[in-house]
Amino acid sequence: MSTTGERSAGGTIYQRVQASPEFGDLRRRLRRFVFPMSALFLVWYLVYVLLASYAPDFMATRLSGNFTVGLLIGLLQFVSTFLITTLYVRFADRTLDPAAERIRREIEGEA
Amino acid sequence: MQLAQTQGTVGSVGLNIGIFAAFVLLTLVVVYRASRSNRTASDYYAAGRSFSGSQNGIAISGDYLSAASFLGIAGAIAVYGYDGFLYSIGFLVAWLVALLLVAELLRNTGKFTMGDVLSFRMRQRPVRAAAATSTLVVSFFYLIAQMAGAGGLIALLLQIPNSNTLGQSIVIAVVGLVMIAYVLVGGMKGTTWVQIIKAALLVVGAFVMTFWVLGKYGLNFSALLGGAVEKSSKGEALLAPGLQYKNKIDFISLGIALVLGTAGLPHILMRFYTVPTAKEARKSVVWAIWLIGIFYLFTLVLGYGAAALVGPDVITKAPGGVNSAAPLLAFQLGGEVLLGLISAIAFATILAVVAGLTITASASFAHDVYANVIKKGETTPGAEVRVARRTALLIGIVAIAGGILANGQNVAFLVALAFAVAASANLPTILYSLFWRRFNTMGALWSIYGGLAVCLVLIVFSPAVSGSETSMIKGVDFAWFPLSNPGIVSIPVSFLLGVIGTFVGRRERFDSEKYAEMEVRSLTGAGSEKAAVDA
Repeated sequence: MSTTGERSAGGTIYQRVQASPEFGDLRRRLRRFVFPMSALFLVWYLVYVLLASYAPDFMATRLSGNFTVGLLIGLLQFVSTFLITTLYVRFADRTLDPAAERIRREIEGEA
Repeated sequence: MQLAQTQGTVGSVGLNIGIFAAFVLLTLVVVYRASRSNRTASDYYAAGRSFSGSQNGIAISGDYLSAASFLGIAGAIAVYGYDGFLYSIGFLVAWLVALLLVAELLRNTGKFTMGDVLSFRMRQRPVRAAAATSTLVVSFFYLIAQMAGAGGLIALLLQIPNSNTLGQSIVIAVVGLVMIAYVLVGGMKGTTWVQIIKAALLVVGAFVMTFWVLGKYGLNFSALLGGAVEKSSKGEALLAPGLQYKNKIDFISLGIALVLGTAGLPHILMRFYTVPTAKEARKSVVWAIWLIGIFYLFTLVLGYGAAALVGPDVITKAPGGVNSAAPLLAFQLGGEVLLGLISAIAFATILAVVAGLTITASASFAHDVYANVIKKGETTPGAEVRVARRTALLIGIVAIAGGILANGQNVAFLVALAFAVAASANLPTILYSLFWRRFNTMGALWSIYGGLAVCLVLIVFSPAVSGSETSMIKGVDFAWFPLSNPGIVSIPVSFLLGVIGTFVGRRERFDSEKYAEMEVRSLTGAGSEKAAVDA
């Protein structure tokens, strides 16, 4: 598949990069952002689903006119989705892309 | 009194067919023009990786906003009120899984199909065969759901009554044939353009109807809700959860399947290969999230609007049942011209999604099964594409047959089953192979086949298939599983099977070279498939 698999001193180029502190740092940053964020939105979504199934009366509470708590929480799911999307893009553009780009050039320059 | 008339005849058949034919003609021209630059396998499967992030994002929305989203959700909200809203929320939040955990890593690692990524550091043939199997099953469920939607819509539009099975079947067959033409002529590039045109029409159409409906209530959403409550025999209950889902666990199960299904849908995953880089893949997901989110806000208004202006009782009695809420609302608002337009858009939606599914399933068969399992990688791209085209033809025929059989089923519900299958069979293996170092071939096989089998068995023995008033097979009862959506059981089981399988296969040789290549590639994009350079 790839032509950059030739062996040299410490295994393939990919193995050397994988072991490098720079790559370790990139992986750590990515995981430190996406794992907690995924847990956060999944829990928040689960709270919503549980409220809808076990607390329908609470969800039916009127806030103003016919607008209910359930509709508000539902719409807040939209807001949180848009927000997390924006946060991630900013994080990826600023933090992940430059590091990934540096490592990629290193690998492709050597190949 | 006008409502009584709508039950008999809705719109004019000639106008409906005219608008629909114009759309088909326009898109066929676009597809034909796009296809002239189709030369390589990369062109056919991945549109030469030449689409920009925004174009692909719009196309993803086109793929995702299927008949289930437009007809199904609007109908569910109109009839069941708040419970229908859960579908939109689940379908939207699910995109965060794709954005944060899957899209970019997948784009960097794979070539054409989901199987490319899953088999990257595993034993190629068994894992590819497994990935292709689950791709075909998920696509089949999704296809049937779309074709069922087409049937309902046809019933309403062309005024072919539900009793005229032959007439409806012929129209389903015509829809299927047009779709096959798109795929055979246009490949991924043509199909993507159809998605883009359709997504734009759909969002604009929904936007116009939303503000039209709100305008009738002085742009006051609360007053619109009041109108819906007044019109519905369910009254206040329309604003609270619990009308459709009496079983609490079933509701939770559906919620889980919806949120975890998206990132395992093969036809969505394959779209990430049509862009040149991971950064563009990210951009396309962002576009998709905004478009899809805004569209679902529209459907909330349209659903309650249909309840207020048409009335749930009229909707359920109309030909096409629950799925007819949006077209009936269009007729109520703008008469037969708007009905014709909205129905043509809904038709286009079905056509485009079916084309997307067909190309995914045929690519998976040709690329994973034919080229890599049967021919062990020793085939030419030309032969592979020929197999893909033939498979597309076959899948088209299966879709037509399935659509005729599933005619009249609830669309959003059928799609939710496809989501459950995707989340059970695909998602655990995708996540494990990207993030878990020790994951191995045995783990992948256990998780894919095990998740698939558990999910399918639970569906067959669920009230969705037999033993209740709304089941697919009426008059018999062999259901022993109480939930209509199996997600809450089958998804955790599949994750668990991945772990157990990995433990069972722990003596497998660990391919540290391939693992290093996969991890470094997925995070940095080094060595990833490049965009085709147009000569």
